[in-house]
Amino acid sequence: MDKINSRRQVAAMKQSLFDQGYLDEQFIQLEELQDDANPNFVEEIVTLYYRDSSRLISNLDHTLERNPVDFNKLDTIMHQFKGSSSSIGAKKVKAECTLFMEYCRARNGEGCRRSFQQMKKEYATLRKKLETYFHLARQAGPVETAFRPK
Amino acid sequence: MDNGCFSSPRHDAFPAGLRVLVVDDDPTWLRILEKMLKKCLYEVTTCCLATEALKKLRERKDAYDIVISDVNMPDMDGFKLLEQVGLEMDLPVIMMSVDGETSRVMKGVQHGACDYLLKPIRMKELRNIWQHVFRKRMHEARDFESHEGFDFEGIHLMRNGSDHSDDGNLFAVEEITSIKKRKDADNKHDDKEFGDHSPMKKARVVWSVDLHQKFVKAVNQIGFDKVGPKKILDLMNVPWLTRENVASHLQKYRLYLSRLQKENDQKSSSSGIKHSDSPSKDPGSFSILDTANKQQNDVAIDSFSYSDGSLLLQMDATSHEGNLKGIVSEPTTEKRRGSTGDIPDPKIQKSSQKSLNQPFTSVESSEANHAVFDCTIPTQYSWSEFPKGPLKEEQKTLVQLEDSLSQLPLHGNGTQHHIHVDQSQSIASINSNPSITEEEVAAKLETKPLYAGYESDYVSPVSSIGSAVEVFPSQSKSLMVNDQSSEPTFTSNLSLKAQGFNRDCISDLDFYQRNLLLGGEVASAPLEEDLNFFLLQTECYNMNFGLQNIDMSEYYDPRLIAEVPSHFYDSADYSSVDQSLFIA
Repeated sequence: MDKINSRRQVAAMKQSLFDQGYLDEQFIQLEELQDDANPNFVEEIVTLYYRDSSRLISNLDHTLERNPVDFNKLDTIMHQFKGSSSSIGAKKVKAECTLFMEYCRARNGEGCRRSFQQMKKEYATLRKKLETYFHLARQAGPVETAFRPK
Repeated sequence: MDNGCFSSPRHDAFPAGLRVLVVDDDPTWLRILEKMLKKCLYEVTTCCLATEALKKLRERKDAYDIVISDVNMPDMDGFKLLEQVGLEMDLPVIMMSVDGETSRVMKGVQHGACDYLLKPIRMKELRNIWQHVFRKRMHEARDFESHEGFDFEGIHLMRNGSDHSDDGNLFAVEEITSIKKRKDADNKHDDKEFGDHSPMKKARVVWSVDLHQKFVKAVNQIGFDKVGPKKILDLMNVPWLTRENVASHLQKYRLYLSRLQKENDQKSSSSGIKHSDSPSKDPGSFSILDTANKQQNDVAIDSFSYSDGSLLLQMDATSHEGNLKGIVSEPTTEKRRGSTGDIPDPKIQKSSQKSLNQPFTSVESSEANHAVFDCTIPTQYSWSEFPKGPLKEEQKTLVQLEDSLSQLPLHGNGTQHHIHVDQSQSIASINSNPSITEEEVAAKLETKPLYAGYESDYVSPVSSIGSAVEVFPSQSKSLMVNDQSSEPTFTSNLSLKAQGFNRDCISDLDFYQRNLLLGGEVASAPLEEDLNFFLLQTECYNMNFGLQNIDMSEYYDPRLIAEVPSHFYDSADYSSVDQSLFIA
């Protein structure tokens, strides 16, 4: 009984993550890749993502603090970050990256900073939600994970 | 020794067991790709650095079938890696990036990528990468076939007996390669140099450093202008090496050099125009030239040079003399053309239909094929504008178009560009590997001077590519003719219209058109890019060339026509387009 409920919860949470635009199709792709050989593949990838993205965020922070702002460098780093975020399907984060890069191209320092703050917020939110999600998923036990939200 | 590999399990299960080398500095993606590729039953090797990847590739030249690489990497530009791999190892390379901007994709194609994937990458996209390996092998097979008079029945084997309906063709290639190998054995080819361990490969020449040195020495000895595969082969004195091998390597080498040259030229020329920015240079200036120069890296203008006669891109000295200066310097270097003077005008003007019908084997007939190049240039224009998808950045494409056009070799004196490329090889390369083609083209175009006619402004009204396109249609004809008074028509080539460009630039375009190509005008810079683009895209793009293509057909190299496998084209239009691709 509990299991069923847990699974329902997992499904519901996943559905909401998609509905709210936090995740996109790529996340499903990751789940589809999960198999017996790599039973925790999705979490493994997400963990790799956290590591890489933390590094990039701190990099961005430093670069933004400098004066004058090196927009080219910012663009490069953010490009990497965007690529990384696309790997797990972090939709909102990606969108914010794109916006940031546009500000960079426009040489709009203030816009960049604002966008960066927003991006960090989205990133933090997503991270929290994913942690909850994985926690639930672990509780629910192995399940057909790769179902598509409606 | 070569046939031993046919019995390997990998061979039977193709595409399973395909050996893929993945290069990406993003650890997350590296892991994902590894997993995806493993699921496709491929053998995966990962690297996070381009330098490391090159090292691995050099260590064992035949250890991989295909390379997938990200565009943005810290230690080396992905495009450079792409070039290197194409030159040294001649492997198909797929580029990846989260950035799908048209200009980037075009650049990738120009540098020789056989595909460009956008992140996030789906597994189904990876499942199909084997086609690039297969295609390359097939083209190489054709090369062999035509060279050795090989009965291409082997190819038919592909249609029959295969376990998997969709994989059916894979096995045939093996057959062919095995047959070829037998023939090769008869021809006393030295196996050691071939180093071919893959069952699907035919005996492919691995250009080791030593071999390449010999090659370069021979080229320098002969004199770059007069170089030809036969001469090089003779000088190199390597018994097992065939003329085809040398020819295809020469093509790549030329592309490579032209690219280098472009880079140098760019440095020397005033760069007013940024590639992707809308150029806002003064109308009068030939900023296009600059742009073209700038674009050199991306654009393999050289390809234009190939159109042997067609490159009538002779510059219209009258109008653009001043500007052409910077650009015109090249022509001398790439003297391939003209000197051989093979492409008689009549040839060019021959109705394209004929060329169309020529069998692929006509490639062997050297001179005749050159004429075709002329036609190709025009088409090139249109192509450049056709990125895989609808052109989003019209401006960019226009710029590129212009750049390439300007890249067209300017032959002030109306000498025809004679493309000295070994035809068979060029065809093969063009057909099979867009990447190769692109490289070749690039190399060839290297000396293309930019067309003075191009203004940077031209670039701005990119949206009017449509108009530009219109302009070109008539180009094709004019292109061909060496000494014709420049005809303002860029007809045919600019099927870009399909892209829905505005007509704003029409007037500008008219101006440029005159200066472009035809009638001895050199095409504006974009041509080159178009050309490259065109070349590369020939198989993948559905260009709506419409009538213009037909015009172009006249200029198509018969070889090209033969080359292009009909199934690659959805419509006749494509075939005409393809033909133009085969400038080389």
